[in-house]
Amino acid sequence: MPATSTSTARPPVAPVVARAGTQIRLTDVVKDYGLAVPAVDGVSLTIEPGEFMTLLGPSGSGKTTTLNLIAGFETLTSGHISFDGDDVSSLPPHKRNLGMLFQNYALFPHMTVAQNVAYPLRERKVPKAEITRRVAEVLELVQLTGRDDNVPAQLSGGQQQRVALARAIVFGPTALLLDEPLGALDRNLRGALQAEIQRIHREVGSTFVFVTHDQEEAMSLSDRIALFNNGKIEQVGSPEALYKAPETLFTARFLGDSNVFELASAPGSTVAWQDRSWTVDPGTVSDRARAAAQAALVVRPEDVHIAPSDDAVPPGVPSVPATVTDVQYLGSYRTVVLSYAGGVAGRARLDASETQLAVGQAVTAWWRVERQRVVSR
Amino acid sequence: MTATGSAPRTDVPDAPPARPVRRRSRGVDAVPWWLRLVVAVVGLYFVLPTLFVIPMSFSESTTFSFPPEGFSLQLYRNFFTDPVWLTSLRNSFVVALVAALLATVVGTAAAVGLHHLTGRLARLARTVLMISIVTPGIVIAVVVYISFLKWHLVGSFTGYVLAHAAIGMPFVLVSVTSALSGFDSKLLRASASLGATPLRTFVRVTMPLISRGIVTGAVFAFVTSFDEVVIALFLRSPTFQTLPVQMFNSVTFEVDPTIAATSSLVVTAVTVVCLVPLLLGTRRKNRQES
Repeated sequence: MPATSTSTARPPVAPVVARAGTQIRLTDVVKDYGLAVPAVDGVSLTIEPGEFMTLLGPSGSGKTTTLNLIAGFETLTSGHISFDGDDVSSLPPHKRNLGMLFQNYALFPHMTVAQNVAYPLRERKVPKAEITRRVAEVLELVQLTGRDDNVPAQLSGGQQQRVALARAIVFGPTALLLDEPLGALDRNLRGALQAEIQRIHREVGSTFVFVTHDQEEAMSLSDRIALFNNGKIEQVGSPEALYKAPETLFTARFLGDSNVFELASAPGSTVAWQDRSWTVDPGTVSDRARAAAQAALVVRPEDVHIAPSDDAVPPGVPSVPATVTDVQYLGSYRTVVLSYAGGVAGRARLDASETQLAVGQAVTAWWRVERQRVVSR
Repeated sequence: MTATGSAPRTDVPDAPPARPVRRRSRGVDAVPWWLRLVVAVVGLYFVLPTLFVIPMSFSESTTFSFPPEGFSLQLYRNFFTDPVWLTSLRNSFVVALVAALLATVVGTAAAVGLHHLTGRLARLARTVLMISIVTPGIVIAVVVYISFLKWHLVGSFTGYVLAHAAIGMPFVLVSVTSALSGFDSKLLRASASLGATPLRTFVRVTMPLISRGIVTGAVFAFVTSFDEVVIALFLRSPTFQTLPVQMFNSVTFEVDPTIAATSSLVVTAVTVVCLVPLLLGTRRKNRQES
């Protein structure tokens, strides 16, 4: 096929491995489709070079739209996107030099594995010998050596996604964007491919931006997570920071289980919930809870202890009476489903050897004061 | 071999077959004899004219007669030695080729463009573009004739091509649209992310994947133009006429039995052209299965 646009400056082709990552910076990014609420509503985020950043959130939270804005598939309503300081806001997708993985793999069905992987190199006018060498190299990286002449339909889902991965990194892209790439795979394969993606992130060293609605996937893969809600970023931080120090009730609920006590008044040195009053450690009050009108106290299930009566609770710790409504045996642990005063449901995670509790039993739940967290709601 | 489990054949060794055997899944009930009869009668009805005309084309007689008298290639000799027939055949062929090319380019572009649009305007545009399929040929012919008189296109090669491309284009639109319905538009994004311009993406991704629709549409456009007679009658001039017009003349003015040979040739040619997408399709399928 003849070249269709010789005037176009082609993006440079970097080696597959050992490329320093690129910084991606989003500044006040807005995408408005003219609906009641903008799909992306003022998102600012800096993704550091070589970082594995996950955009996490429920469906419709704007995470995929944000990824599409980075890729250039959608145009910005306002705001800026820059790669290593260069504004790319108005650059078409084929000039952004990004690799991309899709949920349905998006392999070209009329091309073989080798032709699929060679596609971005051919577009960049890489010499033939070089293409052959690189395709072999990257297929080895994703452990698909020898499958060159298969067409995608002959491969399993996991293999197809590995071909897509090879195709997306073979030209040394600025960054790799992953749009729920594991969503179509079954559980076992997903785990295997997660490990693969992590390994390739380590070996290639480029910036990865990963979109998912699966919090476990986000926790296990990411350096940092940007949690999306209603087109805005709720909180950015390491998986541990988000889990241990949520700023808002949304974050606390989206990442892991929580016992939630909605507070009637702003937190001071103590907080009041129904007829109980608990002391708080100022370090466990989130910044946004301090500023917010409404707050909630959250405790993770693994931090909740169960005592048979008030007397057995250590002195000075927050406690609340509860009724056991269910005990679930889950192999390595037991989950006790509790009903607190006023019908508020909660959970405690206990050791699997705990067998004393019976359904309907009245108990007292307690936790250490430093393990509770006050968040805004 | 035994995918459907019926009629195991013990004489076949269980070495893998060279090509996977695909067995058509049958309904539960056997096809009754009367239904077979109806099918046979309908089929016969369609091929009967051809069955008459082909033997007649080998007749020795200088008038129309059936059954044919004797056997000779006289009528074919008439056809291939008469410059009037040959010129009109060439005219028809060139017009059909150029018209089909034009219709294919425009129809494919329209189908691809409309595929990405979903609004009411797009639906309206699609309907308007297809309207010539249901418009009576004579209406189109009159309209074309009046307009072309004004534009001095009557009797010209350009006139034929434009008119025939216009009536062939909807067939391309239909076949390419149906080919696009199985096309995954995520591939366009994948291609763009890999550095291909929209035009390169169309050439390397979209076109190969909808090629069957394009070829089918092109064949229909070609055949539509090749045997189109109503518009051609209006547009004919002493210096330029197509084969169907010459055939019409030969029957109405001359009662020339050469038309039997001509018809046989046209039937054969059109059948061969129509088989092209079919052959293309089976070849691709075989390649995918191997």
